[in-house]
Amino acid sequence: MTEMVEVPLHAVAHSRAGDKGNRSNLSLIPYDPALYPLLAEQVTEERVLDLFRHRGATRCRRYDLPLLRAFNFVVDDVLEGGVNASLNLDGHGKTHSSRLLSLTVRVPRALLGRKETGRMQP
Amino acid sequence: MSNTFLVGNGAGFSGDRVDAPIPVVRSLVRRGLPAALFFETLGERTVALAQLERRRDPELGYEPMLERLLEPVLADCFRHRIPILGNFGAANPPAAARLIARLALRLGLPDLRIAVVAGDDVKDSIALDQLPVHEADGSIDTRSARLVAANAYIGAEPLIEALRQGADVVVVGRTSDPALAIAPLAHHFGWRLDDWEKLAVGAACGHLLECGSQVTGGVFWDPGFKDIPDPANIGFPIAEVTAEGGLVITKPEDTGGIVDLRTVKEQLLYELHDPAHYITPDVVLDITGCTLEQVGKDRVAVRGLRGKPAPDTLKVTASFEGSWLGEGEVSVAGPNALARARATADVLLERLRRRGLNVRARVDLIGVASVHDSDDGALWRGYEGPEPPDIRIRLAAEGSDRDAVDQAAREVLALLCCGTAGTGGARWRLTPRILTRSYLVLRERVPTSVTTRTAREIAA
Repeated sequence: MTEMVEVPLHAVAHSRAGDKGNRSNLSLIPYDPALYPLLAEQVTEERVLDLFRHRGATRCRRYDLPLLRAFNFVVDDVLEGGVNASLNLDGHGKTHSSRLLSLTVRVPRALLGRKETGRMQP
Repeated sequence: MSNTFLVGNGAGFSGDRVDAPIPVVRSLVRRGLPAALFFETLGERTVALAQLERRRDPELGYEPMLERLLEPVLADCFRHRIPILGNFGAANPPAAARLIARLALRLGLPDLRIAVVAGDDVKDSIALDQLPVHEADGSIDTRSARLVAANAYIGAEPLIEALRQGADVVVVGRTSDPALAIAPLAHHFGWRLDDWEKLAVGAACGHLLECGSQVTGGVFWDPGFKDIPDPANIGFPIAEVTAEGGLVITKPEDTGGIVDLRTVKEQLLYELHDPAHYITPDVVLDITGCTLEQVGKDRVAVRGLRGKPAPDTLKVTASFEGSWLGEGEVSVAGPNALARARATADVLLERLRRRGLNVRARVDLIGVASVHDSDDGALWRGYEGPEPPDIRIRLAAEGSDRDAVDQAAREVLALLCCGTAGTGGARWRLTPRILTRSYLVLRERVPTSVTTRTAREIAA
């Protein structure tokens, strides 16, 4: 049986955050495309919303891009009114990507440390 | 007509690295293919700040770094027929054109043709309160708030017209960012403005390039995880586009940074919501069928882009004078820093309450929790980790009463004498805020016009 280990998403995936109004979008991209189905199963809309509930987030929607082996999370009402109203130092929520990557996932040990070098076809 | 056209990007926002365009232009010239260079320097609020600048001085209100960005590349672009397009006109495209004309004369380029695109500024021509609201941030009472700016995101059409008039530099204010790439492509290849598949390629090209280094390693590098060569010299992007809609993202050879599947994926999804429906004034882009392939070192091919008809409406973003923001910071460090920082935070909030200052406030403990925290400090209050060696305490206060906000921020200053043991390094500032709201307007209500003249004519 495959041994599973619990790791922060940061060990197996990368992310970038953007904003529009009071909404944040977060990409999530596994380094190893083989991890795509595993992340699809474990990184749910509910778990991502939970990461941002303390900020007032009300809704999270996940868009799956299986051809790109990537996800796009759209989190509503997470920017305390948006860049023009927020008291947060990071009114754009650009650092949200790092919070997403602190979420833990269980992955097979064998797939750990395998990184997409950029030479792999999607 | 050559089958490949190059699009280079020289800036991804107002405040970007000012020496970035130099290697991009050097690369475009060396490759000798037909090419264009574009600058994206106008964020959502930048045009409002520029409008305030113009109110103070009618010859200002354009991108403050414009001369610094253009001076090293203008002569090369002119000599090699590489048109420059930019939304660096911000709130005052005619004044930006005059600055470029003076620069051109100084560089010995009196025949440089400069186009000014007008029409995006709808502040005085469209009554906003009759339009449907698209998105809003903050709670704005638009009946009492003072309107600073209202600009429509115009599409590629007037920019194409400027290129048709032989412009070497196209100065525009608010435009959709992808239009800055769509325009030179549609002009060069003669793409029709209802050829949605081709325009989708142009929109994707613009979207991938418009944040400059973000597709070549910027906001990407993560030491030990996502390393890039020479992050102090990231090369800004260049796209190779073919008449049939082939698209390859690359960068100048002699620069740092990287173009690979990871950088392109991150930027493809940046600020995107529904991937099947990325709305621009010229086309609705669908990337759900998109695939990427590494086709060489720092070269990624983007395929499978689909386009849907352009919307009937344009987005108008209006900016209003908002409230005041006051910020103050002090530091504590060394033994018992966490307890001192927490106590300082509570005392600051207690001071605002005691003085009855009518402000909305939050405190951050930078080094414990700040950017990920909520306004009530849920993360730093609940923090149970090891003692941080160095903590910066930040108070942010907001309100419509300037004096109350100022007094709140000054409470941080007072900690230099009244604070805990070992409190130091106080800073505070007060800034006016801008609130924005977006509306949708029928595109025929936003007529545009283009005026192209030589530097000599403009400066006369």
